[in-house]
Amino acid sequence: MSEIITVSELTGKIKQTLEESYSEISVIGEISNFKAHVSGHWYFTLKDSGAQISCTMWKGLNSYVFFSPQDGMKIIAGGRLTVYPPRGSYQIEVRSMKPAGVGELQKAFEDLKKRLYEEGLFDQAHKKPIPAFPRKIGIVTAIDGAALQDMINIARRRYPLVELLVVPTKVQGEGSAREIAESIKLLNRRKDVDLIIAGRGGGSLEDLWSFNEEIVARAIYGSEIPVISAVGHEVDFTIADFAADLRAPTPSAAMEIATPEKEELFSFIDDFIISSSQSLKQRKDNYYNKIQNFIKSYGFKIPSGMIKNRIQMLDGLYSKMDVNILNKLHIENNRLALTQKLIESYNVKNVLKRGFTLIKQNEKIIQRSNGINPAQEFDIEFFDNTIKVNKNE
Amino acid sequence: MSKKKELSFEDSLKRLEEISNLLESEEAGLEKSIELYEEGIKLSKYCYSVLKEAELKVTELKKEIETDFNN
Repeated sequence: MSEIITVSELTGKIKQTLEESYSEISVIGEISNFKAHVSGHWYFTLKDSGAQISCTMWKGLNSYVFFSPQDGMKIIAGGRLTVYPPRGSYQIEVRSMKPAGVGELQKAFEDLKKRLYEEGLFDQAHKKPIPAFPRKIGIVTAIDGAALQDMINIARRRYPLVELLVVPTKVQGEGSAREIAESIKLLNRRKDVDLIIAGRGGGSLEDLWSFNEEIVARAIYGSEIPVISAVGHEVDFTIADFAADLRAPTPSAAMEIATPEKEELFSFIDDFIISSSQSLKQRKDNYYNKIQNFIKSYGFKIPSGMIKNRIQMLDGLYSKMDVNILNKLHIENNRLALTQKLIESYNVKNVLKRGFTLIKQNEKIIQRSNGINPAQEFDIEFFDNTIKVNKNE
Repeated sequence: MSKKKELSFEDSLKRLEEISNLLESEEAGLEKSIELYEEGIKLSKYCYSVLKEAELKVTELKKEIETDFNN
């Protein structure tokens, strides 16, 4: 009969044995019942076809995990075995975690993509148009990255009118997905940004992984401001690309898409000046031709014909009038001459000269015998003199 | 259309395009066309100088606080 010991004593021995023997383990298995607690700690079960074991991963450690563990994902967990005496249970205290293979990440990627697709996060209808002439572009990327420098250079060359607002953001490693999401939200709280470019330069699948995280996809989807994703190289597709309003193959390409080309704008303006001058000249020529045609038209000739006719008529009348007046003048002249002669022949003096006399009474010539008043005096006018005849003498 | 001076660069370009179309469409009469043309020349000078003199501005937005980590 062996020694009798208490439950606590036994558990203590088990704890010691297990924790000593399994202080440094790497276990491969599939995640199930994954729970990220509000405290920041992770709780999940690692299992395979024959067994399962509880796992914990504390807040400070799990922030180093570059991907979000999901149920069904096969991982290799590093850590140690611990026993919890009050429950008589054992668990793995996970200190590090990595996907069991690239295939696992691929699978997580595909699963998330499918889930978000079904949820509608990639709907074309939800995608916002990219402004043609952005005023302020928010850039979510690493402040010291080559990608940022490339984007600045391109913006300066193509469209220096734009303002770039850089939100320095960690884009790889622990906590980067959350930071990216926060930067996008931060830009959305401002009202002056009309486009966001979120991205980074090329790197390994792990480097780019934060852009495959659900939290980033949701932040992009939730953004009121249009988002261009610009992650890695042309071959790299991320979940962020699907959620974004537009995917650019690289950060440089994103800036080229986002900005109009200065030289193109200059030539647009030049074209405007040339074409509008031509349009205007054309317009003027058209009007000029129209006016010319009007002037040449038959209708316009009628008034001038009428005027010509009238002038002719007037001329005719005038010359007719001329002739008449001259005739009349001539006739009158003749008549005047005749009359003058006649008057001359009647001139009394000539008659008196020949010996005739005139009898006047009261300054009036007495032409008939009954015209005289014998009782009154009268004058007898001779050629050479006038004498008074006074009856009383 | 009345506040020509306050047009942004983008709006100015849009207006230029509009004027260009109007001039080509022959809808506007001669007087209106001349008016449009003058407006367009003014706008293009404005756009030209704005674009020529532009200097890229890059600012950095500091994140004030590491906001609610648990949310």
